[in-house]
Amino acid sequence: MNLWIWILIACGISYLTKLAGYLVPARLMENPHMTRVAGTLTIGLLASLTAVNTFSSGQSLVVDARLAALVAAGVALWLRAPFLVVVLVGAGAAAVARLLGAP
Amino acid sequence: MEFSRSPAVRVGLSIAVATGLYGVSFGALSVASGLDLLQTMALSLLLFSGGSQFAFIGVVAGGGTGVAAMSAASLLGIRNAVYGMQMNAMLRPRGLRRFAAAQVTIDESTATATGQSEPQEQSRGFWVAGIGIYVLWNVLTLAGALLGNALGDPAQWGLDGAAVAAFLGLLWPRLKAREPAAIAVVCALVTLLTVPFVPAGIPILVAAAVAALAGWFSSGPPREGLEPDVEPYPTEGHR
Repeated sequence: MNLWIWILIACGISYLTKLAGYLVPARLMENPHMTRVAGTLTIGLLASLTAVNTFSSGQSLVVDARLAALVAAGVALWLRAPFLVVVLVGAGAAAVARLLGAP
Repeated sequence: MEFSRSPAVRVGLSIAVATGLYGVSFGALSVASGLDLLQTMALSLLLFSGGSQFAFIGVVAGGGTGVAAMSAASLLGIRNAVYGMQMNAMLRPRGLRRFAAAQVTIDESTATATGQSEPQEQSRGFWVAGIGIYVLWNVLTLAGALLGNALGDPAQWGLDGAAVAAFLGLLWPRLKAREPAAIAVVCALVTLLTVPFVPAGIPILVAAAVAALAGWFSSGPPREGLEPDVEPYPTEGHR
């Protein structure tokens, strides 16, 4: 299947990225710009993925039960709940919101 | 110092349990996103980087193409190159060990090693956390995928809500200062503004470009956003 190809390419790139750190001359990666870009890229992608998974449905923006999951997870994180609890709280909030009639 | 009494080994084992456990959520979400059991296991065994794996299935779940999923996962993995460089300087692995070290170089193994001051402890911390997480992450991914397969309709159980919570949970520890929080808000807005106009998966890559530019031209702390998802050395105090 087509998706397999992209899975294997992603796996290959992931390993080569990790290995590059061990092989690349240190001064190339010690560039403070590169380190900061690696950091802001991580933040930007995770924020973007959060937004897409909460509000998008294909190419349209929607508000549905997933907003309840976002808010509930935010409260759980603010209360310093561990990761797995946060995920369960998010699932529970979306499930309950749907039971109450949210789309 | 004896291996079993080493503080780095203790930290490594506890971080392995804490991180490995959320392999359950990855496995369940992956099959809910439409990947089969083998594809899910391939990501955990071969790609092995939590954030990148969640990114891959997150794009697929949103209707994005394989290329977009691969791109998001690869961009999110760039920080592992920075960790690899740090670990190479710290541990100096030789021969085949270097290739094994590369595979278990992730947020948590790097953080466990850098939290220790003696060279022997740094090495123990890295390997115990890295191998421990690798084993538990894969076992629990399998458990989560089997559980997810048994659940039936993913929406009924709020699994799409679980994905939202997982991404917020990965983002949260990186938002301790004003600047990363501003970057997160801008990237989320850019994403939402572009969703109606480009194919699924592309808004995430547009946000990545904005974030990279912000990193290149800003003057924030050099290691901004490179915190592990689960902190090996939890600190008291306010976020």
